Amino acid sequence: MNWETFAHEADIGVRGTGRTLAEAFAGAATAMTAAICDPAKVGSGETVKIACAAPDEEMLLVDWLNALVFEMATRRMLFSHFDVTMENHHLTATAWGEPLDIARHQPATEVKGATFCELVVRREPDGRWLAQCVVDV
Amino acid sequence: MDLKSLRQRGEFEWELPMADAMRVPGVIFGSRELVAAMDEKVREQVANVAGLPGIVEASYAMPDAHWGYGFPIGGIAAFDADAGGVVSAGGVGFDISCGVRTLHTGLKLADVEAHKARLADRLFARIPAGIGSTGGIRLDAAGMAAMLKGGARWAVGEGYGLDADLLRMEEFGCVAGADPGAVSEQAKKRQRDEMGTLGSGNHYLEVQVVSELLDEAAARTFGLAAGDVVVSLHCGSRGLGHQIGADFLREMVLAAPAAGLALPDRELACAPLKSSLGQRYLGAMRAAINCALANRQIITHLARQAFAEVFPGVELPLLYDVSHNTCKEEAHTVDGVRRRLFVHRKGATRAFGPGHLELPREYQHVGQPVLIGGSMGTASYVLAGAAAAGRKTGEHAFGSACHGAGRAMSRHEAARRWHGRAVVDDLAARGILIRSSSSRGVAEEAPLAYKDVTAVVDAAEQAGLACKVARLAPLVCVKG
Repeated sequence: MNWETFAHEADIGVRGTGRTLAEAFAGAATAMTAAICDPAKVGSGETVKIACAAPDEEMLLVDWLNALVFEMATRRMLFSHFDVTMENHHLTATAWGEPLDIARHQPATEVKGATFCELVVRREPDGRWLAQCVVDV
Repeated sequence: MDLKSLRQRGEFEWELPMADAMRVPGVIFGSRELVAAMDEKVREQVANVAGLPGIVEASYAMPDAHWGYGFPIGGIAAFDADAGGVVSAGGVGFDISCGVRTLHTGLKLADVEAHKARLADRLFARIPAGIGSTGGIRLDAAGMAAMLKGGARWAVGEGYGLDADLLRMEEFGCVAGADPGAVSEQAKKRQRDEMGTLGSGNHYLEVQVVSELLDEAAARTFGLAAGDVVVSLHCGSRGLGHQIGADFLREMVLAAPAAGLALPDRELACAPLKSSLGQRYLGAMRAAINCALANRQIITHLARQAFAEVFPGVELPLLYDVSHNTCKEEAHTVDGVRRRLFVHRKGATRAFGPGHLELPREYQHVGQPVLIGGSMGTASYVLAGAAAAGRKTGEHAFGSACHGAGRAMSRHEAARRWHGRAVVDDLAARGILIRSSSSRGVAEEAPLAYKDVTAVVDAAEQAGLACKVARLAPLVCVKG
């Protein structure tokens, strides 16, 4: 598993890891879904394209997660899988998901936005990438 | 928090002395136990806020303070535009003007007990709650602009409630200086279907009973007697406020170096009050305050409809409405000089003391009602803003008090420890009915995941921030 959530006193941290930066960003997005509900319960019948750009990789993680928050809120969807491509602080991605179904998904809370708190994007000594921040719920 | 780093000013007031980049001292209110239990991050965040340009008097933290981002939750700081002061999107947060409103019902516990389950069902059916819920109102561009300018006043004009409601709100239901043009299209799009929705997480609507009077005279002024049934709702500016927070945090972080602001933490993102960015943020943030006021007004209307279905002819007049995450321009006396300041309250309540002209006339001799939410299984409190006798300013922390119990454990830990169904059953056995669409959501909000609200309000009273008036016990809780 290349993602996890981590504890914060008032909110929830989301963390992705991977062989590439793009994989770590995809993992952080899955962790954000896990802050809301069990990602395994979310289907993948619909796709949404996302593109964003930022001056640095950490700001790009915040932008990426906030773009997903916006799509989830306005389309009333949840996402389960992500295919991310990154080049020079530009991100393009496809997110697979389905319309929110309260009874089946049992969402605990909505995510209001991604924060700069505990925001880290870095390459670990073992060569793997890590991307994390706290999301406000 | 290590108490050795603090200088005790009084039994319930602790000073964090100036060091490093701090421009003013930090002041933390609370009992020895509450302050000792605070995370070290709270001290770090109080100190970071104390280093922002133009800060006045002190960087304050309330007895319910906990680790936030940038500012602590329960943090208060005031800035002077003429002294290079800033406005901080991080200092207001994402859930702009999240707040509590309490309504009288004119009913007694005995009137409600036999109809409690039906009342819970009607409230849950009427009030959109939880993630993805939508309201019955769709706003076009002109309607959105009018709402963002007019707040609760707009909502009353649209038929949601009464003119008399507006007299029992901060700023009488409408904050001046809102600029819908400073609000992004994305923020407006997020709000389009969310007017009159409760939201999720710690947002709720509760039917409560006045279980104890702690100051009978003040309670009488607020219209409260033992055994009275009231309704309290906790929600904010929904998607619009969340998006404004995200938009301006990003813009302020990027603009900080050019403005000469060296931020120790990017979440302190701020801009000079005398800058185009600072002014645009103020305009957008005030629009979000109006959005929250309009939202609580519409939910009030829906609650009235639900009550009327069960108790025909019942009226639900307002006790008061308070906002938590705001930056407001206010006049305060500092070292004997009256100054216009921009007071940030992040997870804290305005709590003006007796005699303040911004209060409803009938409350002026008592002070502002301060509505403190607890958890769904414990208690909530009504306090009154206190005059700080003997202080040169006549007030504490720019007339502010705590806002709630604050979490004692992460959502992560709460969901691991409890199951929603068991929490609902336990509370039902104690006569508290929960209505929620999410079992995990209930588990994350389990009563024991919160600090002891009574210890927090006791400390707020002992520190002179506010006086206890009444304790409210939950009967029905509709969870967002």
